[in-house]
Amino acid sequence: MVNCEQVWHDISNYIDGEVDAGLRSAMDEHFRTCPRCSSVLAGMRNVIGLYGDERMIEVPAGYGRRLERRLAQNARPASDQWSTWTAWLVPVAALLVFAGGLRVANSMTTEPALKSEHAQTGQGIPPDMLVVVSADARIFHVPGCDFIHNKDRERTLTAKEAMQQGYVPCLRCLRQYMQTASAGHVTLESEADVDQDTDFEETQRRGK
Amino acid sequence: MPEPNIFVNNPLVKNTEQAGLTREQDLIARVQRGQKELFYELVQPYERRVYAAALAILRNESDAEDVAQEAMLKAFANMRQFRAEARFSTWLIQITVNEALMRRRRGRTVVMEAIDDRRGEESDYAPRDFADWREIPSEALERKEVRQKLAEALATLDRKYREVFVLRDMEQLNIQETAEALGISVASVKTRLLRARLMLRDLLAAGWEQGWFSRLPFEKGNKPW
Ligand SMILES: [Zn+2]
Ligand SMILES: [Zn+2]
Repeated sequence: MVNCEQVWHDISNYIDGEVDAGLRSAMDEHFRTCPRCSSVLAGMRNVIGLYGDERMIEVPAGYGRRLERRLAQNARPASDQWSTWTAWLVPVAALLVFAGGLRVANSMTTEPALKSEHAQTGQGIPPDMLVVVSADARIFHVPGCDFIHNKDRERTLTAKEAMQQGYVPCLRCLRQYMQTASAGHVTLESEADVDQDTDFEETQRRGK
Repeated sequence: MPEPNIFVNNPLVKNTEQAGLTREQDLIARVQRGQKELFYELVQPYERRVYAAALAILRNESDAEDVAQEAMLKAFANMRQFRAEARFSTWLIQITVNEALMRRRRGRTVVMEAIDDRRGEESDYAPRDFADWREIPSEALERKEVRQKLAEALATLDRKYREVFVLRDMEQLNIQETAEALGISVASVKTRLLRARLMLRDLLAAGWEQGWFSRLPFEKGNKPW
């Protein structure tokens, strides 16, 4: 059996289906016999239903129109979207070399072949891509990467910001970008021995 | 070759939720392939939620609108990065929250709010016992004064409770997503959500007593549940 205080403590989790079967049935039983708690439960469900209603969202007059206009301005054909990317490839490569995981196979002074159809379908880390960094590591990751250390203290920023702050790409979750983006320019030595994450995050794990 | 366009003018297909998802997936794929002009159509169903998420964090209408626009532009710039496994709406909201939090950090209120965030989160909260409480039916939301009262009640909550509540119960993120968006733990989300929901329940029930909803047409003969 559970008492009223215990019910209040878990009533929100109960609604969200976040209590185990044992507690759930004890709470069900309690609600059947306790008018106060069943009133709280009904009231809480009412709150969730009302506030979850689309009608509760009020936007300023003309908001949608202004947004549409701003997006339309942005959608105008921009010829040199990729030139920022090109300028950005050199520091990427430099950092990768610095991290010790990669060997530069070809000279980076030649213009990368970014105008190819292949590159334009989305390979390479876009500067605006959102990535995460965590508290104690110098690596940036795709959100949700399994190799993010210390997930509780993640921070989201753009790839470009991460680079500027000295973070280097995770070779596990960002490998696809690194390999394809730099096709013909930077070669990974091998799958097995170049994970520079190891230098940082594995060491920390071992140190625990 | 022109893109297949089977969903655009087919109301039958549009009417089912299943097809709604397919239409969204179709739009996502097109925008990712470069049809920039379709982006607004893709985000339009969520534009209000994006604004509300920004407002919950910034509490200022013009800042919220500005951040909503910036977030949409950021989403657009990152479209190729969006993966089909994720919910598009959630992804948009998370970008918005991130953008809003960055904007707020640049503001002046940081120190005050950091202190505010540390107090009393774990203390238990006993919901009030109301003799006469009735459910507010959702039709009541047609009335501006009801929406106003609900918005005022929400505005009285401390920031840490309000933000979690808005993301979870108004923006419909799940608990994990809410935690990620705000950069707090899942346990914190659950604690704050409990408190927010209990307080709002008490505020609304007290509102009955104070006659907030007394002029509503459904009052008479309404089931006391
Ligand atoms: Zn009870
Ligand atoms: Zn990673």
